[in-house]
Amino acid sequence: MRRNGWFLPIMATLGFGFLYAPIVSLVIFSFNESRLVTVWGGFSTRWYGELLRDGQMLAAAWISLKVAMISASVATIIGTLAAFVLTRFGTFRGKLLLTGMATAPLVMPEVITGLSLLLLFVAMEGMLGWPAGRGLTTVVIAHSTFCAAYVAVIAQSRLRDMDESLEEAARDLGAGPVRVFFDITLPVIAPALVSGWLLAFTLSLDDLVIASFVSGPGASTLPMVIFSKVRLGVSPDVNALASIIIGIVAVAVTIAGFLLLRQSKTAR
Amino acid sequence: MSDALPTPRRFPLTAGLMAGVGGLLGATAVGWLGLPPNVALLLSITVGVALLAFALGRVMGWSDRWMVIAIPLGWFLVFFLVPFFVLGRISLSEAIIARPPYSPLWDTAPDGSIEILASLQNYGFILGESLYRNAYLSSMQVAAVSTVFALLIGYPIAYYIARSEEPKRSILLLMVILPFWTSFLLRVYAWIGFLRREGVINNLLLWAGIIDEPLVMMQTPGAVYVGIVYTYLPFMILPLYATLVKLDGALLEAAADLGASPIVTFFTVTLPLSLPGIVAGSMLVFIPAVGEYVIPALLGPSDMLMIGRTLWDEFFSSRDWPVASAVAIIMLILVVLPIMWLQSVQNRQEQR
Repeated sequence: MRRNGWFLPIMATLGFGFLYAPIVSLVIFSFNESRLVTVWGGFSTRWYGELLRDGQMLAAAWISLKVAMISASVATIIGTLAAFVLTRFGTFRGKLLLTGMATAPLVMPEVITGLSLLLLFVAMEGMLGWPAGRGLTTVVIAHSTFCAAYVAVIAQSRLRDMDESLEEAARDLGAGPVRVFFDITLPVIAPALVSGWLLAFTLSLDDLVIASFVSGPGASTLPMVIFSKVRLGVSPDVNALASIIIGIVAVAVTIAGFLLLRQSKTAR
Repeated sequence: MSDALPTPRRFPLTAGLMAGVGGLLGATAVGWLGLPPNVALLLSITVGVALLAFALGRVMGWSDRWMVIAIPLGWFLVFFLVPFFVLGRISLSEAIIARPPYSPLWDTAPDGSIEILASLQNYGFILGESLYRNAYLSSMQVAAVSTVFALLIGYPIAYYIARSEEPKRSILLLMVILPFWTSFLLRVYAWIGFLRREGVINNLLLWAGIIDEPLVMMQTPGAVYVGIVYTYLPFMILPLYATLVKLDGALLEAAADLGASPIVTFFTVTLPLSLPGIVAGSMLVFIPAVGEYVIPALLGPSDMLMIGRTLWDEFFSSRDWPVASAVAIIMLILVVLPIMWLQSVQNRQEQR
């Protein structure tokens, strides 16, 4: 191993400090008794209790969870199909177009995606009568579309790394393309699809800008409610909510990391 | 799916099975999740259309291959590409008080002649108004500066991770990704607690006696830079890491053996070889940062011009959909299209 010197470790430590300091302080001050958020007034779980009594927040959280679950599932199906078609079907008419459309949502500024989808929904309503008004359905469609692009990227890289001789062997033994996909390809890429689904779920749960454009009355998602609260200044129950989310994510990622680590050890 | 059945008899069976599953799914969706019936209807319609296309394909003898291609291609066409044409069409109309609030592109006069109402006046208005021009320029400047800072902070981290041994490498990588999985909005919110007048930084500095008066950090352009760099740092680190980890250590040793100092080695070997990662990471930071709305809205001064914010206000406050559309189209032409073109050229070169 080469010597690292002092520069890199110090820079890396500072960098990680930059990444984590705000999150750590957010969690610490969620247990603060004082309403003044950043002035310590003693330990308390008061804001967690207050959060649980906040009906508007809970309703929005439930809507967000539903939207995220459906969007992640739809996105996984479409993203996987797009990845499969792009990696296994050779060349076909429209391949370049599909490649572009499946990657562009990753970098498209959210305000553009949100506005253009809203205008599409309005135009569709005018011409086809569907979707009637905006709400859950339109948010689900919007989220499915941009999340599918993320799933497609993850699934494509897994499909490229995968040993294609397995699929060839199955074909040689007489399995049809559908059977090869469900019996061979899908089980092999399943872990990538699980992480794709989880990523899509988180992205959908997190989106504020696109949801603000395409959502309608009665379908305010959690980020929309948080944003309207936070705009007026800091509020301690948002700290409590953030700590809960961070806690869930930290536990989930640690378990996933632990499993991956053990898997790579047994594989050796 | 049993192989004993010949295909023609198997198909209605599969179709029936799938319809049953679809119906069950729809019923669960309505009952358990409490979804509005129109979402469930959408699900059922999707399944129905897919089945119909499948059956039709069988009858017409279309290739199965194309039916598989059609699903993702059709979805992205309808919900990603077509919206841009709608955006372009509405940018040519005029805001009116009606539902929907934009004028048609043509009108039929009583005598049957068609009058074209489409015009480029929104574009003329935006390009002629210094407010919009400055908003475009200042967003690009903010995005560019943030990208440079993200690169300067992200590069040493990525390099450090790439040179670490397992399992430390995996753990550090996980630590970079972890904040990305927590809410973006809440991470920006965390900075309010850090930067405001009674915030953590001011309290610390006052307590340490370094300053006597709290510093003004919130609602300054500096806060927006910090927010953007902070939010998009993982997007910079990950592509950099991916190229740096592939770097052949033998090259660095060869350079050292030939007498190059570590600094010379870095600038002549490491940096040029990591250029693809630098380009990819910079793009992933720059483009979303140009259109950023949330960070300037929460951390920035109210008079800070950012084009994402201008578009948002034009749409939500002024309710001028045509002007908002034209702002978006110009943003696309100025920023997104050239960069996407560059990327596709680069991809094609890499594949060769």
